[in-house]
Amino acid sequence: MSNEALHGHPEVVTTHDVHHDEHHVHHHKETFITKYVFSQDHKMIAKQFLITGMIWAVIGGLMSVLFRLQLGYPDQTFPWLEDILGRWAKGGKISAENYYALVTMHGTVLVFFVLTGGLSGTFANFLIPLQIGARDMASPFMNMLSYWFFFGGSIVMISSLFIQTGPFSGGWTAYPPLSALGDASPGSKTGMDLWITAMAMFVVSSLLGGLNYISTVLNMRTKGMSMTRMPLTMWALFFTAVLGVLSFPVLLSGFILLLFDRHGGTSFYLSDIYIAATKTALPNEGGSAILFQHLFWFLGHPEVYIILLPAMGMASEIISINARKPIFGYMAMVGSMFAITILAFLVWAHHMFVTGLNPFLGSVFVLLTLLIAVPSAIKVFNWLTTIWKANIKFTPGMMFALGFVSLFISGGLTGIFLGNSTLDIHLHDTYFVIAHFHIVMGVSAFFGMFAGIYHWFPKMYGRFMNNTMAYIHFWVTLAGAYLIFWPMHYEGLAGMPRRYLDYTGWESFKQFAELNKFISTVAIIVFAVQLLFIFNFFYSIFKGRKLTKPNPWGATTLEWTTPIRPGHGNWPGEIPEVHRWAYDYSKDGRDFIPQTEPIGPNESHH
Amino acid sequence: MNIVSSSPQKIHPHKFTLWIAIGSIIMMFAGLTSAYIVKGEQPGWSTVVVPKIFYYSTGVILISSLTMQIALKAFKERSMQQYRSLLTLTAVLGVVFIAMQIIGFKQLFQSGVKLEGGSGAGQFLYIIFGLHALHVLGGAIALLIMFLKAFSSKIRNYNSVPVEVISTYWHFVDLLWIYLFVFFLVKS
Repeated sequence: MSNEALHGHPEVVTTHDVHHDEHHVHHHKETFITKYVFSQDHKMIAKQFLITGMIWAVIGGLMSVLFRLQLGYPDQTFPWLEDILGRWAKGGKISAENYYALVTMHGTVLVFFVLTGGLSGTFANFLIPLQIGARDMASPFMNMLSYWFFFGGSIVMISSLFIQTGPFSGGWTAYPPLSALGDASPGSKTGMDLWITAMAMFVVSSLLGGLNYISTVLNMRTKGMSMTRMPLTMWALFFTAVLGVLSFPVLLSGFILLLFDRHGGTSFYLSDIYIAATKTALPNEGGSAILFQHLFWFLGHPEVYIILLPAMGMASEIISINARKPIFGYMAMVGSMFAITILAFLVWAHHMFVTGLNPFLGSVFVLLTLLIAVPSAIKVFNWLTTIWKANIKFTPGMMFALGFVSLFISGGLTGIFLGNSTLDIHLHDTYFVIAHFHIVMGVSAFFGMFAGIYHWFPKMYGRFMNNTMAYIHFWVTLAGAYLIFWPMHYEGLAGMPRRYLDYTGWESFKQFAELNKFISTVAIIVFAVQLLFIFNFFYSIFKGRKLTKPNPWGATTLEWTTPIRPGHGNWPGEIPEVHRWAYDYSKDGRDFIPQTEPIGPNESHH
Repeated sequence: MNIVSSSPQKIHPHKFTLWIAIGSIIMMFAGLTSAYIVKGEQPGWSTVVVPKIFYYSTGVILISSLTMQIALKAFKERSMQQYRSLLTLTAVLGVVFIAMQIIGFKQLFQSGVKLEGGSGAGQFLYIIFGLHALHVLGGAIALLIMFLKAFSSKIRNYNSVPVEVISTYWHFVDLLWIYLFVFFLVKS
């Protein structure tokens, strides 16, 4: 069936393409290069995304440890910092310039390279064909290109860390004029060019991936797999791809204009600027830095949901499986994800309340922003009612899925504060914002990702991850996340601004010195526990407990009907046909009924 | 019972992927033209007179759309000789279009519309028309690959999907051009 979908009319098509592909599915001998490096198998590409994302997460996380050292212990020096960072940390203290570079790269790396590339790159690739019953993506070749653009972008971004003037240091949002003028700061020189190049490659990667995900979900589902029989992970990854495909091009146009401002002398974002460093007045007139903010946040806000939706989808799936209950309100879940997708495009200006935005326009964006609370609340309600009175199996995946729900609630509530344009006058650019978005999209998306990794690791590698290490990882990370970010709300309410190197000079923020020390200490511990997770991951690939049956969690979905170690093509024989939705748990006295089982004559209606 | 049809009437995934890609490209140009509108209301904005040659290039790309359509029809009717020559003609027209765009840029540049300095429609024109020309170039390269495939003696190709995909894309860049051209005529 899938082959037919892939090649249209097999009786008409007689190109060598078809023969080639059928070889591929059944007994094509693969070399090391085609199997592990330039692989076109969606499962291998998923693993490539995952491991690259993990490397990025360690780099980005380590950056946060370094700048947390500065924030927690502003009066101390750490001579070993000079040993590893060289002139970035002369005398064991990170210089102001490099502190900004660290903050900027931390944001860029985690938002784009880990939580977008690493998260939807991994799970969209891995799960879409397996859960809808397809042999591979609509275009495996484009899928491979998607990874290699991601990899190329990663290399360019990493290389910017090693150039003489350092990486870009104007904040991950890359607002002009800092991003548009090479003379504005050392990081705005070559570092910014590399930043734009890397991001452009990243956008191309996301688009290639997203196109594939959408057309695979819409066109290549197996027989019987109607849209409303898909697991919620599929809906989530589908909406994620739609968001990406429609919003990333706008970011790209913003970058193109930025590139011309940097090198073509144009005035898209620049106007009436005098640079003190070079004592020159620039000829640029009529540009508007706010224009960049519009273009940036038109992507930037959907980006939040690009990060969050996959986590929501995976949490829904994992919670339902481990609660041994059907997901509560399947259609409400789909509807709320759809609502979030639409609203995501209509709220970008809430990042710009204090840019001189017309207050009336601001109030419209407040309304639209607060509307997002409705679908979000529906989802939270549905997760909670799914676990209500359930016989919960506390697998590591389930723990992280529940942790995700907890963090999403805590972080989401502070969004209601920030969505108000009046409150935002006080709260914008403070630690309150930092605390809000780190909990609601940073840590919670990480929890969704961890849940997904622990849950689907057996499908990826045919082995389980170690449970003891997983539980330590979970509890320390959950407690740590709250201990790090909860206190930041208080700092933010007191008006403590973000992105400052040292707060000891301010009478109003001195009181937080001990709190900052505490936050930094916890951050270091939490980072160390992530290394335990990485160890667990790689250790379990080779030494983990082996799977003895193909469906270890007792799940209904199609990926568990494949062999323990599926080859390229996923199912050795025919692709199974689907007869029911994905959530028949604890039905008619049975623990679960796989999607492939036909509806019985006496079966009750769900 | 709502069972998804597995009938051959279903749209081919590659064609579908193209439609989404078109949506994505539309968003990119929508972003640029809305940036134009936003900026046009700022102080210090200067307008530009669109050179005559862009009218002629519009004609060229319209004709190339026509030849592409006939090429597709020829392919489906298996008149390969006609298909190959029309494909070549389409690609040549595409290249001519790009060349005319470049001449247009030169004329505009010589008339004093520079990238440097104060903001204005000219800066947008170079970038928006330039990006569009890049998309046409992409299409022309795809045509070239089709062209080489059509002359290969080893493979006899009966699958019309790639030809349909490229022709849809070609019509799209044509329509996109008309939108952009009219946009500039109206706004400047």
